[in-house]
Amino acid sequence: MSQLRYRSEKLSGWGRFPVEPCHLYRPEKRSDVRAILGSGQESSYIGRGLGRSYGDAALNRDAGTICPIRLNRFISFDERTAVLECECGVSLAEIIEYFLPRGFFLPVTPGTKFVTVGGAIAADVHGKNHHRDGTISGFLLDFRLLVSSGEVLACSRSENCGAFWATVGGMGLTGFILSARIRLRPVESAYVRVDHQRTHNLDETLNVMAETDDGYQFSVAWLDCLARADSLGRAVLIRGNHARAGDVPHTRGSPLSLPPRHRLKIPFDLPAWALNRAAVAAFNALYYRGHGDAARQLIDLERFFYPLDAVGNWNRLYGKRGLAQYQVVVPENGGRQALAALLQKLGSSHCAAFLAVLKRFGEGNPGLLSFPMRGYTLAVDLPVSRALGPFLHELDTIVLDCGGRVYLAKDAVMRPETFAASYRKLDQFREVKQKLDPNGLLSSSQARRLRIAG
Amino acid sequence: MPTVLILGATSSIGRAVASELARQRRGLVLTGRDLEEVKAIASDLALRYQVKTCAREFDILAFERHAADLAASFLAAGDDLEGAVLCVGYYGGAEKDPAEAKRVADTNFTGCVLALNIMAEHFEKRRRGYICALSSVAGDRGREKNYLYGATKAGLSAYLQGLRQRLFRANVRVITIKPGFVDTPMTYGRAGIFLVASPESVGKSIAKAIESGKDVAYVPWFWRPIMFAVRLIPERIFKRTSL
Repeated sequence: MSQLRYRSEKLSGWGRFPVEPCHLYRPEKRSDVRAILGSGQESSYIGRGLGRSYGDAALNRDAGTICPIRLNRFISFDERTAVLECECGVSLAEIIEYFLPRGFFLPVTPGTKFVTVGGAIAADVHGKNHHRDGTISGFLLDFRLLVSSGEVLACSRSENCGAFWATVGGMGLTGFILSARIRLRPVESAYVRVDHQRTHNLDETLNVMAETDDGYQFSVAWLDCLARADSLGRAVLIRGNHARAGDVPHTRGSPLSLPPRHRLKIPFDLPAWALNRAAVAAFNALYYRGHGDAARQLIDLERFFYPLDAVGNWNRLYGKRGLAQYQVVVPENGGRQALAALLQKLGSSHCAAFLAVLKRFGEGNPGLLSFPMRGYTLAVDLPVSRALGPFLHELDTIVLDCGGRVYLAKDAVMRPETFAASYRKLDQFREVKQKLDPNGLLSSSQARRLRIAG
Repeated sequence: MPTVLILGATSSIGRAVASELARQRRGLVLTGRDLEEVKAIASDLALRYQVKTCAREFDILAFERHAADLAASFLAAGDDLEGAVLCVGYYGGAEKDPAEAKRVADTNFTGCVLALNIMAEHFEKRRRGYICALSSVAGDRGREKNYLYGATKAGLSAYLQGLRQRLFRANVRVITIKPGFVDTPMTYGRAGIFLVASPESVGKSIAKAIESGKDVAYVPWFWRPIMFAVRLIPERIFKRTSL
């Protein structure tokens, strides 16, 4: 049958490192996914939505990757309860496009809207409101999971709850998510009221965050990674709340419509030397100075949540070699010292970090491989070089020693020992995985590198 | 709400045309063989564009059921019926396999022609509307790679030319669409495919062709000069090439 044909492609994650040959399948009908999984054509399969995970989570070297972007149908929407049911290939961008004008926004969103619902669940994504609202799974009512036997499991907190908590954050290794029901958030406007505040060092940054975060739905800190000594950890705190309809001036038209946005494209790969230390330091210094303790600003949801989506393929700024995003969480207890140590290493390394973001996490959830835990998360973009692997392993040690962990959706280089030691519910995950997928039909390059299935 | 009947709504192009028409505030009667898929597309478009849609079963290969199934679809559209779009096709690929060859001919020619006959009668009586059908650039010249498919589409194109004359007098337009390569399951993962258009862009072009009063539209447009050039090559040279 035609739907069993695949395209041989050299695929990579958003970081463009690593690049691996994969067999890319693209189901067009619901029944196609089962036909592909049951065809026996490949040694294993992994779902791949819009390819926004950074490393090798959605790669499967010389084996099957299944891209459901044509399984992107909305199934139902209940205006009263704000519950949206849709297929796994629906992107967050589509949800915003069709439901924001009706007064509904995503309850949780990562820093790009170009992710699928299936991918968002598989990575158990979080956003700027994690300290208040937790991850996407907090708003996930249930989903339908196609498992390797061909059976479709209805999974929720009350039904097949083992499969539910293994799949949330389970990186697509338990089965293929076919559809899901998510509770959207009613909003009055397409804007956020934002406060900026500068801090001068890490202690101040963390103190101000801890003291004032709870007054804001959204809170994140942009960190100057290259600041040293007394200025280590200086930041611009960016915090905000959904704006009420009355906060939006009439000149902007309907409060629920987004202002038009120009999208840029990077037409070529920048040479590797372009993002050098001096350039990054200059950018960071400018950004820090540019943000005074600005008065309250009204910023539209797109610019607030997805500043980088305006530049079509900004990953090309890092040249052909690509970038690695390194995101870790450290627990509240002892996290402060670990953060200082991480920032010191980052500041003195040759791998100049362009973007660094710090955020306070709220409680974690029962997801067996879910990333967040109460504490602080730090995310930095680093250009890929030969020195990067060993450098990140050094950072991993700091994270591991304080009881933290590395985010699987971003990871490209972690060692299996680090993974096993930091994801404490791994044994439980493997138990569920063994039950749902005894023959290991679902696997990825990352799963094999980290020996996630054991 | 003006309503359009789509035959073959679960094909990538059918879905894209339906989506574009819904965006332009048309109601839709969607049909296809796989009713679950038709329903999925119908409820999706209703949610996205807040238009009326309904799903009906229609199997191009079940000739004997055409009349009844199409009558039910016309009834569902009622007096709002604006036009019909036929997006049915089967590529096959194994010219020499008799069962496969029969299926290609039955789907692309016999089935389409029988369904178009029934639709022509309905629109002729109403004395308004349009019938838009998907042929292919493959019908413009027989090629070793897909001559069976090409032959059925050539037959369909010729049928549509005649139908256009007949229905002209009844104030009903007939639009022939000739797509080039489109990113559908027909071309996905196949070698030797180039200048591939997305179904979304093709859907938009088809809606535009319906709007603009064209008789024959190549989509994307550049296939018109390409096929013009291909047709100019004399047969005794063409037979030696592997074009």
